[in-house]
Amino acid sequence: MGYYLLKRVLLFIPTLLGITLITFVLMQALPGDPVQGMAGERATAETIARIRSELGQDRPLPLQYLGYVKLLATGELGRSYYTNRKISDDLLQKFPNTLRLALAAMLFASIFGIGLGTLAAVKRGTNWDRVIAFVTVGGISIPVFWLGLALMLVFSLYFRVLPPSGMGNGRLEYLILPAVTLGTFSLSYIARVTRSSMLESLSQPYIAAARAKGLSETRVVLKHALKNSLIPIVTLIGLDLGSYLNGAVLTETIFGWDGLGRYALDGILKRDYPVIMGVVLFGAFVFVTMNLLVDLSYHLLDPRVRIKSET
Amino acid sequence: MLFKELKTNIPALVAVVILVLLVLTALVGPRLVSSDPRFMDLEHLKEPPSAAHWLGTDSTGRDILSRIVSGARISLSVGVIASALSLSIGIFFGLIAGYFGGKVDALLSQVFDIFLAFPSLILAIGISAVMPPGLTSAMLAITLVGWSGFARLVRGITLSLREQTYVEASRAIGASSPRILFHHILPNALPLILVAGSLRVGGFILLEAALSFLGLGVQPPTPSWGSMISLNRAYINSAPWMVIFPGLAISITVISFNMLGDFLRDKLDPRMQV
Repeated sequence: MGYYLLKRVLLFIPTLLGITLITFVLMQALPGDPVQGMAGERATAETIARIRSELGQDRPLPLQYLGYVKLLATGELGRSYYTNRKISDDLLQKFPNTLRLALAAMLFASIFGIGLGTLAAVKRGTNWDRVIAFVTVGGISIPVFWLGLALMLVFSLYFRVLPPSGMGNGRLEYLILPAVTLGTFSLSYIARVTRSSMLESLSQPYIAAARAKGLSETRVVLKHALKNSLIPIVTLIGLDLGSYLNGAVLTETIFGWDGLGRYALDGILKRDYPVIMGVVLFGAFVFVTMNLLVDLSYHLLDPRVRIKSET
Repeated sequence: MLFKELKTNIPALVAVVILVLLVLTALVGPRLVSSDPRFMDLEHLKEPPSAAHWLGTDSTGRDILSRIVSGARISLSVGVIASALSLSIGIFFGLIAGYFGGKVDALLSQVFDIFLAFPSLILAIGISAVMPPGLTSAMLAITLVGWSGFARLVRGITLSLREQTYVEASRAIGASSPRILFHHILPNALPLILVAGSLRVGGFILLEAALSFLGLGVQPPTPSWGSMISLNRAYINSAPWMVIFPGLAISITVISFNMLGDFLRDKLDPRMQV
């Protein structure tokens, strides 16, 4: 157990280094001077000189890469071309907003996804199953940004029941449309996985046993089948949460949500490369960390996995 | 056999018919639609759907139907080409990692994992942002995002096929590694690879649409479905058709690909057969 954990955590390091290697290569491909890129347009001569010496552009590329990693290790992500603010400060300031949106979206996706998936599995082969199958295929196929605009059109502009954009100082009604938009994709995936996981559990002998001893169908489904189907679902929820920055770029743009996603889009539109690279690095870091946490929790939750990795 | 089953599966059949029509549209469509997708008819701005403009016109008087038809070419070609490229790269490295195992496998798997460690759209943004925006950079970005998933899948399949008796037999009679890989392992892995590929095309089309929406894909005046939505979203209240129809085009296309992928998976993936 301890050995496995140690190994898994140690594997985290080469992955992080690999990520920085990719962003380093991308930075090399950037048009213009990468030092100016890291320092920002209004950087003082001293800052530029310091970064130049850290990066050591006269040195061979591998050494330059080491310099880059060293800079990153001190939390130095550079400064924005336009505002000259530190990217790391901006990221930390925007992150809580994105996190709030992501958690709300995941709450919505989990409740409805698990609900619909369970319903589809229990009603397998009926029209319920077919309708849910169609809705969930739609949910993974519709572009996030278009779904957001469509919801906005219907609920904000036509029926005028929900605000079209902004954060409303944290008021709940401002959270609903962005969260539904961001969560629909996961909802559909969770429903599909829940359905197949539930079908597998429902065919197990212990379900027949539970039915044979006269338990009510609700109890059989919720207590025995669903509980044993939860592991792949929980895994999916964790992994999806890590990748929410994808959807957040689009969702936040549409709803004027002041988070990392909109920050990234601003960077793209202004060709503010340090901002773009900062978000890319941060997104990958969050994603890898979530993967690690999911792996570790999987290990703690499921005794079968534990035994397998020990032998 | 697959075709016979398709006839009894209505949703999959509908999906295939839609996809065939889409491909035809992409190939000959621009010639069928009367108006030029770039022609700005300044007399008819933001007009709702009518007999002259079936899906209406946009804020500069361009016909939305002809723009959607010519956008079909972009979306489909990006989806299909990016899938083909990332499949080829993924198959190549996946076969090598799975077949040779050991240090080669450890190293390659680490590389797959690093590419998989990025959220897909974020990596695609990073890649296409450093290149001049356009069709090529979007395609390259999607390929670089997509190949590692295929590589990991092919590696897994190869690992299990490597232990099959027929592979051992062929090794025993002295077949070379490339021969075993491409004549014995690859053909047997192909159904599963096909399933994964068909399930991903839709995702690639969505990724292209998202990049175009963010301004990192095909550049104006060439129409693409994603950029049509982003260019027209300011008018969503006064002229919603300008946003609704391109989005419907993306959704219908991707739903069709996903339905086809689900159908193929149910039929071809032995793990799904109960």
